[in-house]
Amino acid sequence: MSTAPPDAEELGRRVDAFLAEHDPAATEPLEFLRARFDAGLAWVHYPQGHGGLDAPRALQPGVDRRFREAGAPTNQPERNGIGLGMAAPTILAFGTEEQKRRFLRPLWTGEEIWCQLFSEPGAGSDLAALGTRAVRDGDHWIVNGQKVWTSMAHEARYAILVTRTDPDVPKHRGMTYFVCDMTAPGVEVRPLRQITGEAEFNEVFLTDVRIPDEHRLGEIGDGWRVSTTTLMNERVAIGGAAAPREGGMIGVVARLWRDRPELRTAGLHDALLRLWVETEAARLTGERLRQQLAVGKPGPEGSAAKLAFADINQRTSGLELELLGDDGLRYDDWTMRRPSEVDFTRRSPGYRYLRAKGNSIEGGTSEILRNIIAERVLGLPGEIRVDKDVPWKDLPK
Amino acid sequence: MTDLLYTEIENDLRASVREVLEDKAPWTAVLAGTEKDEPYDAGLWKAVAGQLGCAGLPVPEDLGGAGAGWRETAVVMEELGRAVAPVPFLTSSVMATAALLAAGERELLARLAAGERTAVLAVPFGTAPGADPAADPDAPTVSGGALTGEVASVADGLAADVLLVPAGGGLYAVDAADARRTAVTSLDMTRRLADVAFGGAPARLVAQGPDAVRAALVTGAALLASEQLGIAERCLDDTVAYVKTRYQFGRQIGSYQALKHRLADLWTAVTQARAAARYAASCATAGDADLPVAAAVAQAHCSAVAVKAAEECVQMHGGIGFTWEHPAHLYLKRAKADSIALGSPDRHRAALAVLAGLPPA
Ligand SMILES: Cc1cc2nc3c(=O)[nH]c(=O)nc-3n(C[C@H](O)[C@H](O)[C@H](O)COP(=O)(O)OP(=O)(O)OC[C@H]3O[C@@H](n4cnc5c(N)ncnc54)[C@H](O)[C@@H]3O)c2cc1C
Repeated sequence: MSTAPPDAEELGRRVDAFLAEHDPAATEPLEFLRARFDAGLAWVHYPQGHGGLDAPRALQPGVDRRFREAGAPTNQPERNGIGLGMAAPTILAFGTEEQKRRFLRPLWTGEEIWCQLFSEPGAGSDLAALGTRAVRDGDHWIVNGQKVWTSMAHEARYAILVTRTDPDVPKHRGMTYFVCDMTAPGVEVRPLRQITGEAEFNEVFLTDVRIPDEHRLGEIGDGWRVSTTTLMNERVAIGGAAAPREGGMIGVVARLWRDRPELRTAGLHDALLRLWVETEAARLTGERLRQQLAVGKPGPEGSAAKLAFADINQRTSGLELELLGDDGLRYDDWTMRRPSEVDFTRRSPGYRYLRAKGNSIEGGTSEILRNIIAERVLGLPGEIRVDKDVPWKDLPK
Repeated sequence: MTDLLYTEIENDLRASVREVLEDKAPWTAVLAGTEKDEPYDAGLWKAVAGQLGCAGLPVPEDLGGAGAGWRETAVVMEELGRAVAPVPFLTSSVMATAALLAAGERELLARLAAGERTAVLAVPFGTAPGADPAADPDAPTVSGGALTGEVASVADGLAADVLLVPAGGGLYAVDAADARRTAVTSLDMTRRLADVAFGGAPARLVAQGPDAVRAALVTGAALLASEQLGIAERCLDDTVAYVKTRYQFGRQIGSYQALKHRLADLWTAVTQARAAARYAASCATAGDADLPVAAAVAQAHCSAVAVKAAEECVQMHGGIGFTWEHPAHLYLKRAKADSIALGSPDRHRAALAVLAGLPPA
């Protein structure tokens, strides 16, 4: 039976009641997280029965804070960013009841990590050009192809996967979206070493992988629309959390400036202050965006947030190296590691500088984001399309 | 966290101010006004200050004001910026008003709030918050209630009925008729400067110490950001509209990525300018201790954004953007002058270095 969505006060009562019944210190963490999901206190804006209570999204931070203050175990969101940020909202929007029931709980608790099998060697920015084939075989689909730059595929139990099911129609119309079991025969994950030395992402080879039709998300041929939901959520996922002044990269450099007077030069002082101002303006923009969301009037500022973040993070991490001088010439570790999260704070300045280069590529490049702002926000004409009415199989590749 | 959005009342206020400005101050009229000797548009000022009651927005009701606050005043600043309106709102209704509010002065404040008279803080327009102009060795001197000396580059100096002069460690009011004022040919044709000289002018002490002047400067800087936001928004809007209608090489020029990407970046910068300006206005309203930081961030950021927006506006309009017959130059002149007014971005960054504990090399 559904009841009216709870307000902040009612949610507070429910959290208190939950904590009274599940002592965080005495309960096994996984058991605690599962119970929290079942109580609808996982993501409160999700439907009842799927970890939520149909409450306003703006109330989630308050609930998280109460759990944090009570010393509750976390679901380690930094380890499952793709699951929480992209897979879950897509499953919620397009999944059947059965799919939601099967996937959402272990996703939220962190029992099952997710990855995103979208990009291919021939299809990055132009995602709709992808060629990984899925061919129907009774109740199953047989999938063949290669994906690339797949973050955390080495940790993932499931993947969101987009494939080509009809090569004879223009590219946007012949795609179909699936959930892929990463332990299925024919899925091979090979580490792809990156600029920082470690292998945070991978190549994924799919050879005759059998995916049951129950794992299809959305209609056959509707994969582009489903993917668009994923990509929109990807951009929203960035810049979500409130940050204090001097949080993030600028705080790292400001502390360095204060602690090491011998490193200071006039030019670097100017550069530092410019970035300090830009970071503060970006932080206030994020705050404004959250306030708009809280009153139910989301603005397009989210797109600005990712663009600005990438640029500021890159320049600030570059400044840190320059400021360090000789120390900036030293790196911490080139060994090929397989991390389970992006660890920006505990690594060396050189790592930060190099990893930040990915910020303007991952999740859509800054150039593509500028196109999106120009076309969707400012209403400027779209790019000249040479691929629109051409069947996918006839496109130059 | 401070409210950074616009309230319904503010949106209503914006709509009525914009309506009056579209009616009484289309850019053609603003341009025509620059050819005249009048220091500002008296008819427009009457409408904004008197009819709309904007002059006394932040002044308490018992002094004849609207008892609103600096946030509402900032919305008016945005609209005046959008129109490059030639009225002494920043100088009289914001800066002089802030000084008189801080000084606890009543009579003159009530007359400013009613829009009957205007006043300006007689300091060079480039003076940054944190400065103490009265302690400047070149500041005018007071002796036996008479003021002597000179102040250069006073914004709206020719427009004002009353000059508020930092001198002798305090702030003095001088009737403009008792000063010698010389018009300056100004970069910003819509907010003109004057050089002011006092030869033993009768002066009345309004406030002792530097606090009133400080309040004027920091409030002015905080709210100037909203004017800069308005300029930037207007330049962006006009440019986006233009690149959709202009065809070259058989395409709308707005379909070229070289322009699209720059406009996307400009939109992103304007979005951030809005957040910074709103935060500064909110801090001014609340008397928040963070106001000096908020004003410096807003000035360092919004100054640059307004100038960039105006420069891009000129460039993307091509030849027509370089002509006297197009409004782009009015915006560019105001934007560039505003970026120097009340402290250049570099001065604001230097102020931040102190406020944020990031000392120079
Ligand atoms: C750290 C990291 C993690 C990633 N994780 C994942 C993941 O988990 N799953 C996944 O599926 N993918 C992932 N990716 C891939 C990422 O989404 C793509 O790299 C990205 O979309 C760009 O595609 P591309 O590499 O093919 O570059 P291209 O599309 O070949 O772009 C090359 C250059 O051309 C520019 N360009 C392309 N098209 C246009 C255009 N129309 N207008 C202007 N400029 C254009 C681009 O901006 C770029 O500068 C990850 C990438 C990185 C760096």
